[in-house]
Amino acid sequence: MKPAPFEYYRAYAPAEVVELLTGLGDEAKVLAGGQSLVPMMNFRLAHPAALVDINAIAELDYVRREGDSLRIGALTRHRTLELSRAPEVQDGFSLLPRAARWIGHYPIRSRGTVGGSIAHADPAAEWCLLARLYDADVVVLGGQGTRVVPSADWFTGFLSTVAATNDVVTEVRFNRPRAFGALTEYARRRGDFAIAAAAVAFDVVDGRCRDVSIVLGAVAGEPLRVTEAEALVEGAEPAAPTWAAAARIAAAAIRPNADTYGGERYRRHLVDTLIQRAFAEAFASDASVSAASGIR
Amino acid sequence: MLRGAGRFVGDIAHPRAYYVAFVRSPVAYGRITAIDTTRARVLPGVVAVLTSADLQDPELVAVLERPNEEFVRTAMPMLAHDRVRYAGEPIAAVVAESRYVAEDAAEQVWCDIEEFAAIMSLDELGSSAAPIHPEAPDGVLVDLTMFEDEHIAETFAAASLVLEETFRSARVSASPLEARACLAEWRARDEQLVLHASTQIPHQMRTGVAQALDLAERQVRVIAPDVGGGFGLKCVVGREEVVVAAIALRLRHAARWCEDRRENLTASFHGHEQEYRVRAAFDDDGLILSLDADIRCDIGAYSVYPFSCGVEPLMAASELPGIYKVGRYAARARGFATNKPPSAPYRGVSRPQIVLVMERLMDKAARRLGIDRIEIRRRNTIQPHEFPYTGSNGITYEPGSYVEALDLCADALKKAGWWDRRECTDGRLRGIGIINFSERTAYGTSTLSMRKMPMTPGFDVSYVCMDPTGDVVVTTGTCSQGQGHETTFAQLVADRLGIRPERVKLRQGDTNLVSFGWGTWGSRSLVIGGGAATVAARRLADQIKSVAGELLEANASDIDLVDGNAQVRGVSGSQISIDEIAATVHFRSHTLKNSGEHLLEARGMADPSGMFSNASHAALVEVDPGTGDVRVVDYIVVEDCGVVVNPTIVEGQVRGGVAQGIAAALYEELAFSPDGQPLSGTFMDYLLPTASEVPSITIHHLETPCDQTETGSKGMGEGGLIGAPAAVVAAVNDALRGYGADIDCIPIHPADVLAVLQGTSAAQGSRLQETS
Amino acid sequence: MKDQHLVTIEVNGREHELLLDARRTLADTLREDLGLTGTHLGCEHGICGACTVLLDDQPVRSCLVFGVQADGHQVRTVESLADGDQLSDLQQAFSDHHGLQCGFCTPGFLMLAEAYLETEPEGGPQEVREVLSANLCRCTGYQGIVEAVTVVAADRREKAAVTQRAGDA
Repeated sequence: MKPAPFEYYRAYAPAEVVELLTGLGDEAKVLAGGQSLVPMMNFRLAHPAALVDINAIAELDYVRREGDSLRIGALTRHRTLELSRAPEVQDGFSLLPRAARWIGHYPIRSRGTVGGSIAHADPAAEWCLLARLYDADVVVLGGQGTRVVPSADWFTGFLSTVAATNDVVTEVRFNRPRAFGALTEYARRRGDFAIAAAAVAFDVVDGRCRDVSIVLGAVAGEPLRVTEAEALVEGAEPAAPTWAAAARIAAAAIRPNADTYGGERYRRHLVDTLIQRAFAEAFASDASVSAASGIR
Repeated sequence: MLRGAGRFVGDIAHPRAYYVAFVRSPVAYGRITAIDTTRARVLPGVVAVLTSADLQDPELVAVLERPNEEFVRTAMPMLAHDRVRYAGEPIAAVVAESRYVAEDAAEQVWCDIEEFAAIMSLDELGSSAAPIHPEAPDGVLVDLTMFEDEHIAETFAAASLVLEETFRSARVSASPLEARACLAEWRARDEQLVLHASTQIPHQMRTGVAQALDLAERQVRVIAPDVGGGFGLKCVVGREEVVVAAIALRLRHAARWCEDRRENLTASFHGHEQEYRVRAAFDDDGLILSLDADIRCDIGAYSVYPFSCGVEPLMAASELPGIYKVGRYAARARGFATNKPPSAPYRGVSRPQIVLVMERLMDKAARRLGIDRIEIRRRNTIQPHEFPYTGSNGITYEPGSYVEALDLCADALKKAGWWDRRECTDGRLRGIGIINFSERTAYGTSTLSMRKMPMTPGFDVSYVCMDPTGDVVVTTGTCSQGQGHETTFAQLVADRLGIRPERVKLRQGDTNLVSFGWGTWGSRSLVIGGGAATVAARRLADQIKSVAGELLEANASDIDLVDGNAQVRGVSGSQISIDEIAATVHFRSHTLKNSGEHLLEARGMADPSGMFSNASHAALVEVDPGTGDVRVVDYIVVEDCGVVVNPTIVEGQVRGGVAQGIAAALYEELAFSPDGQPLSGTFMDYLLPTASEVPSITIHHLETPCDQTETGSKGMGEGGLIGAPAAVVAAVNDALRGYGADIDCIPIHPADVLAVLQGTSAAQGSRLQETS
Repeated sequence: MKDQHLVTIEVNGREHELLLDARRTLADTLREDLGLTGTHLGCEHGICGACTVLLDDQPVRSCLVFGVQADGHQVRTVESLADGDQLSDLQQAFSDHHGLQCGFCTPGFLMLAEAYLETEPEGGPQEVREVLSANLCRCTGYQGIVEAVTVVAADRREKAAVTQRAGDA
């Protein structure tokens, strides 16, 4: 299991990435953490003719707060977020460090990047769920300069996005901070890709849920916002019956294939469970305390 | 190992060796109409691309010498020609200057294959117009009616309870962390093909390679350096090893191959895919009156050398009753060819399944008859006063602690508070499984001859030699893959010679250093290899005593070997160091009257018939009704393997085995698409459990000494995996007791659990059929 | 197409200048070009962890990093742990707690655990199990490995506290 030949280029600035990609054409790919791309290359399921390595672009490794927006540089490793206790993250985005713990394992989180995950667009990937949950914008540098793509428009199906072949993701901007949030998943083994995942975020104002987002992962080609369920929770009491009603709606909303793992019935049950648990965990947490066990 | 200084085959530096990659069949079944290697040959760095014909069609035949109705003789070509019989079967070998280039070239070999409908399950047998082996038109390669009993029908008619049940276990992979690997080189000076291979059976690999390549055995030297796990997957001769040897021979140039994980999972050897249709009769007291089993094993496409495809069916039929006194017993066991990789004897060989069957029968009968599940086992188990007990399967069981182990296990789980934990109401469902079994280990020639292999394995020989400084080298024909033989053998030998274990070095795994042996499998090494070494060490001790007697002017029979000295019993100060004896024998033999002919070396042999270790396992599981997830949260083993030589090593074997058993019960399954494409070709799809899925395991020891062995020990390498599936399945059924659970198939998936909870559990059997 | 790069990698404190094919993985670079065969390849798709090494002190799967990417960086492998004949505390603990059988996965577990221990963790058994879930072992059932790492975490914490107190005093 060795990769096919390719040309290697190391870029030192975002503009250089675009320049290289433009020159190299369709068969070139950006190499960030490599935790998804390189296994595919080793299996020879991916045969890029050239790789543009962005790991030396230190300027893309940052976490910054600007108003309601949390800006994460594309080269920021999962582990950086996992370990972050900074107020700019904790205030309204405290879910991010907790959610990052679900990503693979420690060595995967040490190497894998936020931007790489968003660009790879795996429907089970935590960052992809979180992007939809927090109405993130994906900042892309391409031949025509910088564009800001709402995450709602970013994903176009399984492992595919609107990015052009010479685009590089430079930043992910998480918007809409909320006091309560949780992400939960089910996989057979610790650290595996989720069979199903659910993430929720909301505020509670005057005893009512406000500004509710619900996203499901691994149940469709891309992370799925469940707006019908969001509408149900909006304005409702933050309590178990609300979560259960939302979960029922979400479970009915998915369209699992009969041949996916465990079949349609199992997937719906799992979604129902995970949404209820995500809400319960979010509301039980005071938005800064972790409910999941994990590594500090 | 700890320093990174281990020496696995892939670690051996050979700057000029060529790398081999295999072109493998993309389809499960078909006829090769053309192979075009032109584009591959011209790639820079490619040395050769070889097909079966280029290597004179080498093949291996693994048979049992039984009539054709019982065993159909088929051959396994080393590279496929004419037919391909599973996806992943090797068709051609690319030889190149690097593995990278070899894989580039393998992608460029073009095979034209006329595809046939693949036979992927026992239900599809006979459905294909083209039988997998023309010699066996019905697909049956093995058909053994082991026990017939004309009165069995009467007992069923008279029984209070008759259970008719079907049990299935999925196809699994042994998955040693080091996949297979080999490095072959023709050494002209020695007229020898030197084959380094990651194998459990160096001498049988020597025989297989010599046979397939038409060489004398002295022309082949097989060396197994450090072996990164085997579990049975490496106790057979692989086609790739033979082909790489053939390449080295033909090109007169070193060639190497390291199997990658995809190859290991999809194209090496599998095991444990079985179905049992069982009828069992019980009386009112829960005594099992009779048992009638129809056992079907999916053995894959070929019969594998040397053990043949008869291993699983034979083991299953002969040992099914286990520790229970089954009044009347009949069994038919068959092995079917399908378009999947062939099976090898993966750890446990049929016994994880037969223990699952018997223990489920006990639990079901207990429930139906309203008897406590531990009590029903006690009633049916061979009692201490009944040993030696000869069962209706013709096997004689020597003493074991069957009832005592069960009681101790029941007591241990009670003390650990499991019954309280079981009742805990926090949304999770908890269940306890407790099971009891024995495993026959260390089969010698007298037992294995009944299999009727053309060569009967079983004995082993060991040499123990003391050098002039008094250090000792032991050779053995067994071959460790992490079982700690270096430690235990040294301990056994040192004890008999009165020296420190550090002065004893074990040599194994090299056919030039060890004259002959049968390798490491079947829980045989400590008992047979270690037993042979013990006999040899005792004989060497006698020689040392004889020399000491002469030097100390005493009777040899009055000499004790203690703390590095030979001393006259009861005479203080009358002693001589063993080192000095060693020096005297080698360097000043002229001073000795009687021992001039000898060096300090002795040979020993062991060939027991085989002995039963026994164990009781208990599992505590938690079921999450929200996800169907099952976690094994606590585990207890009571192990009786006779006299324990080294508890740490015994416990390591048990824990590793239990982990594999938990895996087989809950996680691991090799799935295929209906047209035969492997769907479990990665460690993302084939779920080896991690440290988060395997609990801490508490182990208690019982010691019923064995009179077949000098040390009183019994084999025990497989028991962990043999007991764990049954224990886990029992625990899951117990956890779901409120929902009428009756799960009999492994692995248990979360969806199966949810189906039980939702009252739609019909599907488990059909799911396994769909996916297998 | 042959894309080669002249790179400088510091491995276990020593600089090496190497000419590497772009596609050569860091694992193969270590094993075949530098003869550091303690780093093993068990799956080559990032699941088993046998090839875990430290790249700039962070644990990575060396089958998922290309050698050329390590140009100008520091790598630590299992061969760096012992001090001459003296095993490190972690290696010794693996030996004492029967944390290995066949030994193939051991280097990866040692490097994973070393990276974890260098973060000065709490090191409770639950957390240790979670961390060690990154790698696969087929022989031991993990118990000895978990025990070894848990004990070393406690020992190192104790030693650090002693050093701290000595410093304070």
